[in-house]
Amino acid sequence: MTPASTSASRQLLPVVPLAALFFAAFVLPLVALVAISLFRTPQFAELSLAQYLRFLSDPFSIKVLTDTLWLGAEVALATLILAYPLALVYVASGPFMRTLITFLIMLPLLTSTVVRTFAWIVILGRDGIVNSAMLSLGLWQAPARLLYTWEGMVLALTQIQLPLMALPVINSLLRLDGNLTRAAEGLGASRARIFITVILPLTLPGAIAGWLLVFAAAATAFITQTLVGGGRIILMPSYIYQQAVGVQDWPFSAALSLIFTLAVTGIVFAIGALSRRYVRGVDAA
Amino acid sequence: MQRSLVDRIYSTVVGAITGFGMLLLLAPTLVVLVISFTGGITLKFPPPNWSLRWYVELLQSQEIIEPALTSLKVAAAATILSAVLGGAAALGLARSRLKIARVLDALFMSPMVLPAMAFGLSLLLVFNLLGIRLSAATLVLGHTIICVPFVIRMVGASVQQLNPVLITCSLSLGASRWYTFRRVTLPLIRRGIVASCFVAFLTSFDNVPVSLFLADARTEVLPIKLWAILEGSLDVRVAAVSGVIVLLTLAGLVCAEIFGGVSRQIGSR
Repeated sequence: MTPASTSASRQLLPVVPLAALFFAAFVLPLVALVAISLFRTPQFAELSLAQYLRFLSDPFSIKVLTDTLWLGAEVALATLILAYPLALVYVASGPFMRTLITFLIMLPLLTSTVVRTFAWIVILGRDGIVNSAMLSLGLWQAPARLLYTWEGMVLALTQIQLPLMALPVINSLLRLDGNLTRAAEGLGASRARIFITVILPLTLPGAIAGWLLVFAAAATAFITQTLVGGGRIILMPSYIYQQAVGVQDWPFSAALSLIFTLAVTGIVFAIGALSRRYVRGVDAA
Repeated sequence: MQRSLVDRIYSTVVGAITGFGMLLLLAPTLVVLVISFTGGITLKFPPPNWSLRWYVELLQSQEIIEPALTSLKVAAAATILSAVLGGAAALGLARSRLKIARVLDALFMSPMVLPAMAFGLSLLLVFNLLGIRLSAATLVLGHTIICVPFVIRMVGASVQQLNPVLITCSLSLGASRWYTFRRVTLPLIRRGIVASCFVAFLTSFDNVPVSLFLADARTEVLPIKLWAILEGSLDVRVAAVSGVIVLLTLAGLVCAEIFGGVSRQIGSR
């Protein structure tokens, strides 16, 4: 070895302990997960693709997967609708309002997931805020069932994941050249038109980045899904948990978690690659 | 005339959604704090009367205090492990131009991309196959992996900003490598370390997907315990726990802000 390459590899010496840990406690387990999913029975007899065929031929399992992906898509869309106005106001405001919005966005990020989910149980519950308000205003005759519904779960996840969308959208709005909107304004475009024809197309990379973050986070949000959605809505995370810990069918739960991982990361990478190829605008980083 | 009407409608819509969005961001935290002082025995909102009874009840609930202490210990251990191993790795990776450094960097970041449930399940299966009993140590191992990406990113960013000339100067003036590390490198990347420790601690303390599989009856952690309680009944004690967590997090944020300017670090991610 030349002295230069020796010193170059010596610089990597402090990386060795972490690399060893990752090999033993991250790479190895994931390889084992793939291997286990290839066994036909929970007793580890016979290698085959039986677990994957079982998933593909079972309408219930397929529905659980599509429901979960659809939930992620829906929540991501809802956060997008909330995030743009918030970001527009942020960019147009002075230091006080900017600090306030930053604080409000950071607040849920720093509060524990269980706490945030618990708040939604209080808000949506039978004696919760929404029901009390609607009853006392006389708008509803009887308390409505909001908890343990799909809509309630979408609403709760929208609030819980909103920061993940707001941060990239604000970032790309901040990088947008102000001269462009001023030029459109000077040429007589209405503000709504400026938003649709100038701001939205140019900040699309940030919106897509946020959409993907929220999509993945909402699809995998076990706690919120089980507590606000309730036991009757079965989604992939609780399905995997039930098959692994409840039924102890390891090959099937391994296959389930790999299918779920591939579906979520596959969609994220596909949309990310497509947007890098076809969407032009300010950098979202 | 027509244009100003369109503008006004647009501004109203944007303003209304923004107001709703800000309320939505703030409300849940406020709701939790308010309900934790209820005097009632249900989650009725607004509370019928006010008291500290649920905080008192919490102090006598060993079955919640135990998991809370376990969570704090596990988070502390995972934070220290990921900060030491991850910090060392970030220092090594930042200066290396070898191809393997990029590969390792991608590997250390991948727990962030991969749905954590798959990783939690894979650890459970491996421990089971190898006959390793679940314990606090196995839990710390899993949490450390999940926390490492934050350390790699944040410490890595600090190292990138570090001017290498400073280190060369120190060495050529006769300081030893260890002295240079302690007196030059470490103080200059302190902000990145503090910020990543803060985020790593919260990540571990709040982790569900890994703990769900690796926490057993003897190593119950707080989020899983609270989840189990809420699955069974809508227990008001959870409100008191939530109140404590919110206040401690805010206190921690203030401390981390003083020592390391955390909000800038997180905001720039």
